[in-house]
Amino acid sequence: MSIRLGGLRKSFGTKEVLRGFTLTVEEGETAAIVGPSGCGKSVLLKHLVGLLRPDAGTVVVDGTAVPGLRGKELAALRRKIGYVFQFAALFDSMTVAANIAMGLRRLRGWDRNRIAERVAECLGLVDLNGMGGRYPAELSGGQRKRAGLARAIAASPKYLLYDEPTTGLDPVMTSAIDRLVLKMRDELGVTALVVTHDMTSAFRVADRITLLHEGKARFTGSPAEVRTAGDDVLRGFVEGDPALYYGLRGGRNDGA
Amino acid sequence: MVLLPVTDPLSRPFAASGRSTLAALGSVGQAAALFAGSVRALRDIGTWGPLLLPQMARVGVASVPIALFIATFTGIVMSLQASYTLTGTIPLYFVGTMVGKTMILELGPVLTGLILAGRVGANISAELGTMRVTEQVDALETLAYDPVSYLVVPRTLAGIFMFPFVVLLAVATGIASGWLTALQLLDMSSAEFVKGLRLFFEPWDVWFAVIKSVSFGAVVTGIGCFCGLQTEHGAEGVGRSATRTVVTSSMIILCLDAFWAAVLL
Ligand SMILES: Nc1ncnc2c1ncn2[C@@H]1O[C@H](COP(=O)(O)OP(=O)(O)O)[C@@H](O)[C@H]1O
Ligand SMILES: [Mg+2]
Repeated sequence: MSIRLGGLRKSFGTKEVLRGFTLTVEEGETAAIVGPSGCGKSVLLKHLVGLLRPDAGTVVVDGTAVPGLRGKELAALRRKIGYVFQFAALFDSMTVAANIAMGLRRLRGWDRNRIAERVAECLGLVDLNGMGGRYPAELSGGQRKRAGLARAIAASPKYLLYDEPTTGLDPVMTSAIDRLVLKMRDELGVTALVVTHDMTSAFRVADRITLLHEGKARFTGSPAEVRTAGDDVLRGFVEGDPALYYGLRGGRNDGA
Repeated sequence: MVLLPVTDPLSRPFAASGRSTLAALGSVGQAAALFAGSVRALRDIGTWGPLLLPQMARVGVASVPIALFIATFTGIVMSLQASYTLTGTIPLYFVGTMVGKTMILELGPVLTGLILAGRVGANISAELGTMRVTEQVDALETLAYDPVSYLVVPRTLAGIFMFPFVVLLAVATGIASGWLTALQLLDMSSAEFVKGLRLFFEPWDVWFAVIKSVSFGAVVTGIGCFCGLQTEHGAEGVGRSATRTVVTSSMIILCLDAFWAAVLL
């Protein structure tokens, strides 16, 4: 089963954020969507779990059309998807362990002991052993991101959506998170979509990279294809060259 | 919503008021949807059940000190003002009547309701607003929780159950402080005050106060949840939602107060 987006459109008021975005992520694959801040990456991800409804187009996850789902069906689909939020979005009134347990408490056949075991296991996976009793406010940015990741993987989802998992982290922490993303793919076989503006990280984790530009998929290809592509906008983004990215010859320093 | 652009300066105010009317109607529609959602979410007792007691403690028990503080001073003032007003042929024991009646029927429920709109309503709104802008509400949803079952229902039920409790405590305190004032400052005897207190007392008055406080509890907590969940634009938005909660619920409390007086008395 896979993720299929077709002709996805979404506007907020008069602002068109997505203008016909099409993408397929095959089972077991990790795809990356790259693009500058504010281009609509988070908006895109939110459509996959039904947090936003598209104005037009199709969103199919695990063989079900997401926008039509309500109530129990939507909850059932959401149990198959782990969502790693950009700023972790940990429940700050709860300890890290309670955060990780939140999703598990909704599942049948999970008693206290089984939940506690799984929480400890997830803490170990993200290298936060012994931090379960802390509150989110007592964690560093990197620890918070890893706690968010632990919460997302706790219920062993088939799909993982990462919203800028490495943004704002130091290079060492970035590569640690990237290794985790790869581990999820290789050991658990999850289908994953990573949204990022960090090209280094995208090259490391993705089987396929898509550039989101002006609400559409501008280019899709393997990391090798992205490195050698001739597309000006893509090269502009990868190389960090505003003149190429914005299609200007004279150069421009006031980019968004 | 499609509105034709209005360029003529004379019609601009009308267009603006039309837009705000539409926005207000839109809010009423969304609030009605939240209400319907909350009623549906009542079935989901597994989600909200365990959260109810902590919310009742937070909404109710923690509000008792401020409510009693207000009631104490209201009782003193009522007692003094009643004795000042009731001169000449009116017997002094009517002080007891006035303190009792006004505390039970009006001041107990309404003053407590207004103060809790500030204390409880703003608190709920800021809490849920912060959860909204930091994507904690989205996170709840992705973990297959219904935010209405998890956040709105326990808070609103806590308001409905606890407001009457706080109000009745406030009423009792107000009457007690009025009584003490009468004894200490007005040269009244306890027997006189109690005589006045019982003169026009109807058990129905207490029910009236309970009905009012249940409705105020639902309004304050419900609007707090509604404004909180609608929060946008970061910290500034959280502040705006808290203000909106206090202003809107205070206005609705006063309107409901008039409504119940007209319907039930
Ligand atoms: N709920 C919303 N209401 C209005 N505008 C929004 C909303 N969510 C996102 N946007 C706008 O959509 C654009 C894309 O946002 P986002 O997806 O968060 O960007 P990013 O690629 O950095 O994740 C931004 O310009 C943002 O202002
Ligand atoms: Mg984003």
